[in-house]
Amino acid sequence: MSAPVLEMRGITKTFPGVKALSDVNLTVGPGEIHAICGENGAGKSTLMKVLSGVHEHGSYDGEIHFEGEQMAFKDIRASEKHGIVIIHQELALVPYLSIAENIFLGNEQSSRGFIDWNDTLRRASALLKRVGLNEKPQTPVADIGVGKQQLVEIAKALSKEVKLLILDEPTAALNDEDSAGLLDLILELRDQGIACIIISHKLNEIRAIADSVTILRDGQTIETLTVRETPTSEPRLSEDRIIRGMVGRDLDHRFPDRTPYEGEDAGSLALSVAGWTVRHPVDHHRKVVDDVSLTVRRGEIVGIAGLMGAGRTELAMSVFGRSYGQYVTGTVAVGGREVLTKNVPAAVDAGIAYVTEDRKQYGLNLIDNINRNISLASLSGMRRKDGFVDEHKERSVSERYRKSMNIKAPTVFEQVGRLSGGNQQKVVLSKWIHADPEVLILDEPTRGIDIGAKYEIYTVIDKLAASGKAVLFISSELPELLGMCDRIYTMAEGRLTGEVDRADATQELLMRHMTKNRS
Amino acid sequence: MTTTTTPPRDASSTPSAKESTRALLLQSVRSNMRQYGMLVALAFIVILFQIWTDGTLLLPNNVSNLIQQNGYILILAIGMMIVIIAGHIDLSVGSLVAFVGAMSAVMMVKHDMPWVLALVLSLLIGAVAGAWQGFFIAYVGIPSFIVTLAGMLLFRGLTQIVLEGQSLSPFPEGFQNIAKGFIPEMGPYTQYHNPTLVLGLVTVVFLVFREWRSRKQQLAYDLDVMPTGLWAAKLVAISAAVIAFTLTLASFHGVPIVLLIMCGLLISLGYVMRNAVVGRHVYALGGNKAAAKLSGVKDKRVTFLIFVNMGVLAALAGCVYAARLNAGTPQAGLNFELEAIAASFIGGASMSGGVGTVMGAVIGGLVLGVLNNGMSLVNIGTDYQQVIKGLVLLAAVGFDVWNKRKVGR
Repeated sequence: MSAPVLEMRGITKTFPGVKALSDVNLTVGPGEIHAICGENGAGKSTLMKVLSGVHEHGSYDGEIHFEGEQMAFKDIRASEKHGIVIIHQELALVPYLSIAENIFLGNEQSSRGFIDWNDTLRRASALLKRVGLNEKPQTPVADIGVGKQQLVEIAKALSKEVKLLILDEPTAALNDEDSAGLLDLILELRDQGIACIIISHKLNEIRAIADSVTILRDGQTIETLTVRETPTSEPRLSEDRIIRGMVGRDLDHRFPDRTPYEGEDAGSLALSVAGWTVRHPVDHHRKVVDDVSLTVRRGEIVGIAGLMGAGRTELAMSVFGRSYGQYVTGTVAVGGREVLTKNVPAAVDAGIAYVTEDRKQYGLNLIDNINRNISLASLSGMRRKDGFVDEHKERSVSERYRKSMNIKAPTVFEQVGRLSGGNQQKVVLSKWIHADPEVLILDEPTRGIDIGAKYEIYTVIDKLAASGKAVLFISSELPELLGMCDRIYTMAEGRLTGEVDRADATQELLMRHMTKNRS
Repeated sequence: MTTTTTPPRDASSTPSAKESTRALLLQSVRSNMRQYGMLVALAFIVILFQIWTDGTLLLPNNVSNLIQQNGYILILAIGMMIVIIAGHIDLSVGSLVAFVGAMSAVMMVKHDMPWVLALVLSLLIGAVAGAWQGFFIAYVGIPSFIVTLAGMLLFRGLTQIVLEGQSLSPFPEGFQNIAKGFIPEMGPYTQYHNPTLVLGLVTVVFLVFREWRSRKQQLAYDLDVMPTGLWAAKLVAISAAVIAFTLTLASFHGVPIVLLIMCGLLISLGYVMRNAVVGRHVYALGGNKAAAKLSGVKDKRVTFLIFVNMGVLAALAGCVYAARLNAGTPQAGLNFELEAIAASFIGGASMSGGVGTVMGAVIGGLVLGVLNNGMSLVNIGTDYQQVIKGLVLLAAVGFDVWNKRKVGR
């Protein structure tokens, strides 16, 4: 093999309190398609941000060598100048500008400060032909589908004379046909000598096009495996082998022992969802949740595992008062009685609570204090006889939660925006626990919080189940699900792909279910 | 690698009672920084002009005058504050003031309607106008800036149509009293206005009782309370302020009717925003709409109600203003929306919504009002008055931004 195009050596990157990357090495050969695999939070995106200069030189340790020279990128423009272009999972296109304008955004074809439209359109057409996109360059980006938008992003990369193209989950939002087209295009670009790093959860895609794969776990390079000897040969690496690399860590005592619920109605159905189907709110052709049926019993903790984009959050939010997407079919029953959860108040009345994965966006009023955040979902229950909220009762309730949940703040009048992630999560949990639901849907309840606070949250979840609540636990961290749940459902592409009992569950088995694609 | 973690226990994190009250006080000052700041600024402005005008500012007749001059702006500011807390804006209130004033003139002057009936109908017109705008904002989803900008044009135009470009007057005396009247004198002759003294006394007793009851309840719920000494000092300060104000008013004609209306609004809407479920929902919506919706807040209904409320308050202000002018005129209420918005921001509102109090709106309105009145007394022209008011608005909000950055988010 000739000299590598890219060599990243000993990359270490720390954020306050977290070591995101620790001594990571990555080598990409010329004209190679190199996949990067790892669980959510393994450090893939951080590594790519280091490479592309989003994390500037000096904010991390280690060296980056590109085409034999040592690089010190101070921002993303610096890396683009050398031909390293990253395409993020969330596309960075301006919807109301034309394809041509988007391609040359920040790199306008101009003379003396004025845009040369003829040149712009001519060059845009040429680039569109190269990526095989049959659209006029004047078309607004908002008018074309996500698959085509992805191609526009690639055309934009090509316009910058890309030598190393980085794609972050490029097919996550695409349908099968668009995905296949995109993968073909990547192969074509490889033949033109462009090296490519592709981050993907879809192992079948990696097997289909990658030459080698580097596996990251907990911010460390685990191994680099060869997928195929020559670009045209058949892959010799199995998906199972990749999975083993991704999850191979020991489970240790990081979870509280489960306390069983011993009420009379233990084991009776608390939540049952049947035939639940939801379409994407904008793209009505896509079924984001497809015919999902599941049950949770009283005192039970049931997990939902799935990779990013599997439809877990969408399922939860649509069940919780149809807060996401366009409802198509399906029924929800709480405690065996069917309920119509047409909006959030109806869902709350029916006894469902949803603790969001994105507490800052959807869970908290950051500019208000702990007191008022905790009471928001149960204000009606804190009213006096005259119909007004009893402030003192409210405050005593939130004081109680501040102490019992160990929320670290001097008083309940502390602004929630000032709290750490773990304490914010405790505020959200307090809010919903006080609403006293039958069923709690917890969406990534431990995301972005440190290990000590995680243990506290697990303890709270255990207590909830022990008191007879039904808990639906969505998480991307498999060890967490294995440590806490009685049963685990797996999802992929909006459908349930498996149901595994605690006794039988292993990370390998779950991962196999989670990567089951249609087709 | 084994990462066995022991669960962190709540050990030694219970602060002593003294520490927690201190934290409570600090928190209270910090979260109300803007309002306390403006209260101090208001006191400073009052003292400044009191000296500058050789004591004219706080003469009983000028205080009455000040209240009657600013009543309608304060009424608007209270409504505007609620609109801004919810994350919206209302540009139409000035035009609505004019329109309602015009309609009341048509009803009373042209059709000789009894003034009480006309007043009720006027408020109803305001409610309908607010509902009209609220419908488009809440249920159709047009931004409030656009809807109320349209309303600003629409109601101004309707005013001119209704009045056919001319002023209508005079109003019946009862109606004029809303803006110009005082509560009637009763009882034997003293140096002071008797009912005002009684009202002042009732107010002091009511305030002290409320504080006492609140403290008792806090103790019953085992919550931390203010230290007794400080609490007593607070009560004395509040009582002294009310008594001084009462004596000032009582040595002129007594309590202006407008002041009664304003105090009624301040107390009732202040209480609603603090203690009613719907009031809390307004704060939640303005702070984070998505989170509020996911917590079960009926965002559309709340938004609709806010604008209905604003419409009624604008109508009330319209009646007060028309009564004060003793005419319905096409040019009434010009730029009132801007005065109300400025008062809200000076009084602690935030452009992005979610913060502010009804009391803050009144303080902000008073800062502007005292500036207006004081500067007129010392013969500063309206040209310079505008410049100074602009700078005050900028400084008030600038102070807040700076203060927030200093503390760190």
